[in-house]
Order: sequence, then C-alpha cells, then structure tokens
Amino acid sequence: MTSSPVRLRARIALPLALAGVAALVVLSLFVGAYDLAADDFGGEMFFISRVPRTVALVLAGCAMAVSGLIMQLLTQNRFVEPSTTGTTEWAALGLLVTVLLVPAAPLWVRMVAASIAAFVGTMVFIGILQRISLRSSLVVPLIGIMLGAVVSAFTTYLAVSTNSLQMLGTWFMGSFTSIVRGRYEVLWIVALVVLLVFLYADRITVAGLGRDISTSVGLDHTRVLLIGTGLVAVATGVTTVVVGFLPFLGLVVPNLVSMWRGDNARTNLPWVCLGGVAIVVVCDIVGRIIRMPFEVPVSMILGVVGAAVFITLLLRMRARA
Amino acid sequence: MISLTDVTMTYGDLTVLGPVTLDIPAGGVTALVGPNGAGKSTLLTIVGRLATATTGRVTVAGHDVTSTPGRELARIVSILRQENHFVTRLMVRDLVGFGRFPHSQGRLTALDHEKVDEALAFLDLTPLAGRYLDQLSGGQRQRAYVAMVLAQDTDYILLDEPLNNLDMKHAVAMMGQLRRAADELGKTIVIVVHDINFAAAYADRIIALSEGRVVHIGTPADLMTPAVLEQVFGTPVEVRRDGAYPLAVYYR
Amino acid sequence: MPDTLATIAPARPRRPRIAWRFGILALVVVIAAVGVLTWDVPGAPGSRGFGIAVNLRVVSVATIALVACCQAVATVLFHTATANRILTPSIMGFDALYVVMQTALVFFFGSAALSATDGLLKVVVQSVLMVGFATLLYGWLFAGRRGNLHIMLLVGVVLGVGFGSLSTVMQRLLTPSDFDILSARLFGNLSNSDPDYLPWGALVVAGVLLLVWRARHRLDVLALGRETSLNLGLAYRREVIGVLVLVAVLISVSTTMVGPMTFFGFIVATLAYQLSGSSQHRVVLPFAVLLGMATLLVGYFVLRHVFYAAGMLSIIIEFAGGLFFLVYLLRKGSL
Repeated sequence: MTSSPVRLRARIALPLALAGVAALVVLSLFVGAYDLAADDFGGEMFFISRVPRTVALVLAGCAMAVSGLIMQLLTQNRFVEPSTTGTTEWAALGLLVTVLLVPAAPLWVRMVAASIAAFVGTMVFIGILQRISLRSSLVVPLIGIMLGAVVSAFTTYLAVSTNSLQMLGTWFMGSFTSIVRGRYEVLWIVALVVLLVFLYADRITVAGLGRDISTSVGLDHTRVLLIGTGLVAVATGVTTVVVGFLPFLGLVVPNLVSMWRGDNARTNLPWVCLGGVAIVVVCDIVGRIIRMPFEVPVSMILGVVGAAVFITLLLRMRARA
Repeated sequence: MISLTDVTMTYGDLTVLGPVTLDIPAGGVTALVGPNGAGKSTLLTIVGRLATATTGRVTVAGHDVTSTPGRELARIVSILRQENHFVTRLMVRDLVGFGRFPHSQGRLTALDHEKVDEALAFLDLTPLAGRYLDQLSGGQRQRAYVAMVLAQDTDYILLDEPLNNLDMKHAVAMMGQLRRAADELGKTIVIVVHDINFAAAYADRIIALSEGRVVHIGTPADLMTPAVLEQVFGTPVEVRRDGAYPLAVYYR
Repeated sequence: MPDTLATIAPARPRRPRIAWRFGILALVVVIAAVGVLTWDVPGAPGSRGFGIAVNLRVVSVATIALVACCQAVATVLFHTATANRILTPSIMGFDALYVVMQTALVFFFGSAALSATDGLLKVVVQSVLMVGFATLLYGWLFAGRRGNLHIMLLVGVVLGVGFGSLSTVMQRLLTPSDFDILSARLFGNLSNSDPDYLPWGALVVAGVLLLVWRARHRLDVLALGRETSLNLGLAYRREVIGVLVLVAVLISVSTTMVGPMTFFGFIVATLAYQLSGSSQHRVVLPFAVLLGMATLLVGYFVLRHVFYAAGMLSIIIEFAGGLFFLVYLLRKGSL
C-alpha cells in the first residue's frame, strides 16, 4: 500500500519523461547546419531531412534499446545485447554478401538479408549458450564478443578480397546524416516490432527462465525463443541497413532502467524505449553541434559514452560483489 | 591453534559474519555447523585466506594468515572448497602430486612420491590413480581432492562440506578417514558440515553459527540438546541418547 | 609397493609418444623453413639478386618464427592466467589499441607518416604504450581487494570497442588511397616487416621465454584456478598480473611487427593441448611454439608458391582460426 505522494510520483513520472523526450525530439528537429529560416526552401528541408532524421532517431533508439532488453530476458544475463553477441556482425555479413551478389539490390532486399543473417547469428549464440555450462555470467558477453570477432574476421576477409573494405566501414559506422525522405521509411517496421514486444514481453520473460520452467508453466519455449530472436533480428537488421552500427545502446539503457526500477520487463518497456530515444537523440544532437558544420557520427559518440557507462556498470558490480 | 580476533565480513552495509572472536585448539576434529547463510563457509575461507576479512585478525599456529607469505602458510594450513572445475585435464595421481607443491615447488622427489602414494592409499584411490578426473564419479573426484590436501601434509586441514557429493558409504568412510588423520597423524581438522549428526558422531568439538555470530561452542554432548539445537537451527529438534553418540531427529 | 609400481608403469609409455610428436613437428618446421628459404629463388646462386632474395627470405622466416613464438606462448599463458581456454589475448583491447594508434597516425599526419616513422623507436613506443595500457588495466581492475578477473576482461573488451569506434570514424574520413595504405598495415604482412626490429624483438622474446620457463611449475599450479593456487601457496594475484604483463609484451612485439592476429594463437594453443596430450607447461609451451612455426611456415610456403597470394596469409589464418574456434565451442560442452 503505497502512500499518496509516492503514488503521485509514480503516476506522473512516465508522462513527465515522455514530455522530456518529446522536448528533446523537438530540439532535434531544429538543430542542424542548415538554417531553416534562411530561405523558402527551409520548409521543404524540414520535411525532407529534419523530420525523417528525427523519426529515424526515435525508431532506431527504441529498436536497439528494446532489442537489448529482449536478449537480456532470453539469456538471463545483464550484459547481452546485439553488439556483444555477434548479432550486428552477422547483420553486416548478410549486408555485404547481398551487396556483393546483387549490387543493385533495393533497400528492402538488403534489409531482409541483414535480418536473416542476424537471426542466424543470434540463434548460433543462444545455441552455444545452451550447450555449455557457465560458471560466471560475465563469461557470456565474452563468448558473444569472441563470436562477433570470428564473424567479423570472415566479413573482413570477404571485404578485402572484393575490395569493399572502406565501403563496409562506412555502412557499419552508425550515422543519421544520410537519412532523408525516401530512404528511411522501412525503419517503420521497427515500430511494429516494438509493439509486438509489448504484447509478448511476459512470455519472453518466462522463456528466459529456462526450458524446464517454461514447459511446466505451459509455455512453448522454442516458439517464444524463435519469436523473440526473430524480433531482435528484424530490429537489428533493419537498423543496421538504414542507420548502421549503434554500439552499447541495447546494453546501457535496459541496465540503467533496471538499476532504477528493478526487473519487471513489461513495466520497464516504456522506460527502455524512452531511454533509448533520449540517449540517441542527445548523442546525435551533440554530434551535430560539436564540430559544426561537420557532423560527428552518432556511433562514435555512442561508442565512447556507451563504453564509459558500461565500464561504470561493471565497476559498480565489482563494488557490490 | 587457530585464533580469530574480532573478525567481521561485510559487503557494503550487509554484515555476513561477525564480529567473531574464538580459538580452535590444535588437534582433533572441529565441526562448524549452522543453518544456511550462517557464515560457516565464510569463516572457513577467511581462516584459509581465500577471502580477506573486513576487520579482525586470524592466526594459525601463530602465523597471521594475511601477512605470512603464501608459500610458508601452505605448509601449515590447507583448505579445500567445493567447486573445483579445472580447465586442465589431470590424472588423479597428477592432482594429488600438486599437493606437494608447497614443499618441492613442482619437482617431485622420492619423498613426495611416497607421500602421494600414502594419500592415495589412505582414501582408497590407488586403483584409480591413472584415471583422468573427468572419468571419475563425483564422489571419487571428491576423494581425489581430499587426497591432494592430505598429500600437502599440513598440520591444519580445512574442508568446506567434504561430504556433499558422497553417498552414505563413502561419507562414513570419509569421516572415518578424517578421524584417523586426526588421531593417527595428529592433524587439526576443521570441517563445515550440514548434517549435525555426522558432526555429533565424529567431532571433538562443535562450533555453531547463526546469522554470522557464534551462538554455541562445545562438545557434542554439550551441544546436542533440544534447546541449543532449536536456538541454532530454528526448528524443533529431538535428541536421542540411546546409542554410542547423541542423535538429532528433526524430520517430522 | 607393488601398487606404486603399477601406477607408475602406465605413465612411461606416454613419454616416447610425445617425443615422437615433437620430433615430427621439428622436422616439419625445418623442412618448411628450408623450403621457404630456397624454393624458386630468382637468379643464379652466387649472383647479387640471389643474395638479396635469400636475405629477404631469411628475414621472413625469422619474422615468422618470432611471431609464431609470441602468439603461441602468449595465448597459452593467457589461458593459464584466466583459467579459461576460449579467450584470446587480443580481446583485451590490444588489437584495437594498435589499430587506433596506426589510424590516428595516418589521420593526423597522412599516410606518408606511417613509413616515415617506421623503425625501432616507433615499435618501442607502440610496445610501451600497449604494455602500459595493459598494466594500468590490470593494476586498476585486478589488483587490490576487489579484483575480479572477468570484469577486467570485459572492461578491456569494452575499451577495445570504444577504440574501434574511434578508428572507424577516422578511417571513414581518409582518402581511399590513404585507407589502402593503412589497411595494408592493419592486416599485417609477414613478408614486409621491419628487419631492423628483428634482433631487438628476438632479445625481448628470449628474455620473456626465459622467465616463463623458470616459472613453468608455478604456471601449472596457476592453471588450477584461484583457490587451488592460494591453497598451494602461490601469491595468486601477483603471479597472474605478472603473467598478463608478459602476455602484453609478447603480443605487442608480434602486433608491431606484423599487425593484429586474433585467432592464430587460439588455434595453435588448442591444437597443442590436444596433440601433446599433456597439461604441463614444460610440454605444452615448446609444442605450441613448434606447431605455430610449422603452421605459419607451411601456410606461407603454400600461399606463396602455390597460390601466389602470400599477402593473404594472416587474413586466411584469421578466418580459418575463427571457424575453428566456432566449431570448437560448439563441440566443447562446458566452460
């Protein structure tokens, strides 16, 4: 039985956060090298570049943060997210192979290929986890990273032998600079993914507790696992193709949220989305401002910020142990 | 003698053990008992210097466990915990041979081989000496670890739940062997046991812990009364004294 | 007494078998080395061209031997120190640090700066930076009361990713020609390393190997994990840090000579454990070194004279090593 002030706080917290993030989004719409008020073309620019970019930020931020949450639920491990399990590396491989085989492939084909590759990669990771007994939860991300390094080595080999290494680096580097109207709409699929995650959150949580518990509760473990993995794969595949690699987002946001609010997946979900959006928008705005008129890609800022936050999380874990 | 002075173990604001001040005299078998989370393993690992106490001082035979060089201490006290997963693939004889490391730093002499053979024989492992550890059952592996600790030939031996993986026959055998080590070889053995009856049957003294504090020290005769046992374990216990040693009955 | 003899006896037949394997491996190394040195040398014996060509090959063979030594020993030591056989030293961020150093050099000073600064000084500076980074990491995260090995490894990995982000961004801003020159460096080229550095590198590695050999029995104990090591009297933390610093030195020698190699050491170490059938360092270490040399020399010979693709050696090894690692992981069962 919570007292009135606490309940009031709890009830206004989410709307307040929503308002805060909305403010950030509006800010993002109006920050940039191009001066919108300068000429008649400003209005057009707004809808060709600013709005799509901001929408992409919201969708991508949400997608990667939620992917991280799903993976953490499925593996019952705090440090798991698409970039520490090899998922993003597989997506990049899928992308490279597609572009090499079908150079003129449209965006949606590339997206599908990347998603399928991401799906395969995540299943491989989960398969390995299930087959080996682990002594420490910290070993899990280490394995994932080693897996990622393996796939990355293969992708690099392929890229070097086909002279596409620098191109690979470009796609792989997450940036919202080239998001314009007509080039990003596929990202809306992510909205569908997030919706499905909302509906499926409880089942994913139970599946994460293991096959035995799931079965005794009446849940089809394999099916939920496949669906959960599929959702992550689609989110990662799409985001990788349209935006590029966004490191650490799926790790940092769910962990920060659960440090504050505990581990209930379904009630944390809106916070995870908001958190993902907030962080990506802030990093992108910083990237736009820091060396105006040049843009620093968001993946670099995320890489540095995310690394710092991850390390702080690890140190806190060390202090508590 | 093992001496603890004002030993505590805290993690953040959670005090897991302490303050504890007690002396365990040399010789014989001493059992640490208590409910889950009482701090028994914590106490043992602190004495065996596998963990560092937050405050306090521990000495074994006059040597401070945190300041005495490891190599010296390893010839005085040895400790065995439960989970031993080795990355390397070892034969039983190799494992037991490692117990001689504090004495010969890896180069085994004739004396070392003798001690290894004795330790193997003491625990009925001689026929298994050439087998790899992963080819053994859990109980056999457990005996191999204890053999390593015996080969180390220290005056003080600390064992954390050595009976855990052992079936009835081997648990009885193990306690018998520990008893023999204390009586015939003059070792001081401190074990953490879950089963109060094994403690009562074999130990010379029992230290009972609850919620990180020592609540009772005494001989089995002292400790095995319904009042004390209920205080320690938090559940009603009946004590039968019609046999060679007191028996706690608490099942229903 | 009879019991003792009976248990000693089975051990004896093992030793001839290992000796055989050592012998075969050594033979392979010698044959491959001779092959690389003498096969298809341009020019007539005694001519100037012949002399130059053979000199170059001697440098190649020496580099390969040194690199194989470094990677093999570093990986085995790393496995011992972490009591874990699926990790490789490169995930600790060494490779990423090396890449970011090279990339920064090209980014700020142009690709000419890469070759202009080549030489002993550059290699020493890079090595010192890498070893310094490693030691700081260990000291901060592993020494001290609350040291935790896995956290330290993860932090190393995360820093590696952070460096990777920095590198990628800088690389993207390079001109394609600068980028090509940079990538040649990043993928290591066994035939193009700096011969000036060889004697120094060899000296450093010899020193490290001496230290490692003298510690071989302690390493056997270290491999048993923290609690057993402490029980048997090792100063665990100090030993692990010492081993990891040696690993850092070896990896930095190898990386500055031929660039990063993530999985080569892993293949060699894993095969060494299997093929030598022993877990004692005094057997595994020499075995791994010979195996590493054999693999690289044979691979180099095949690629150069059969496929004419000598430059791809490290990439192919990484790729093959990666596959090997995946298969190994899937078959293994426990960690």
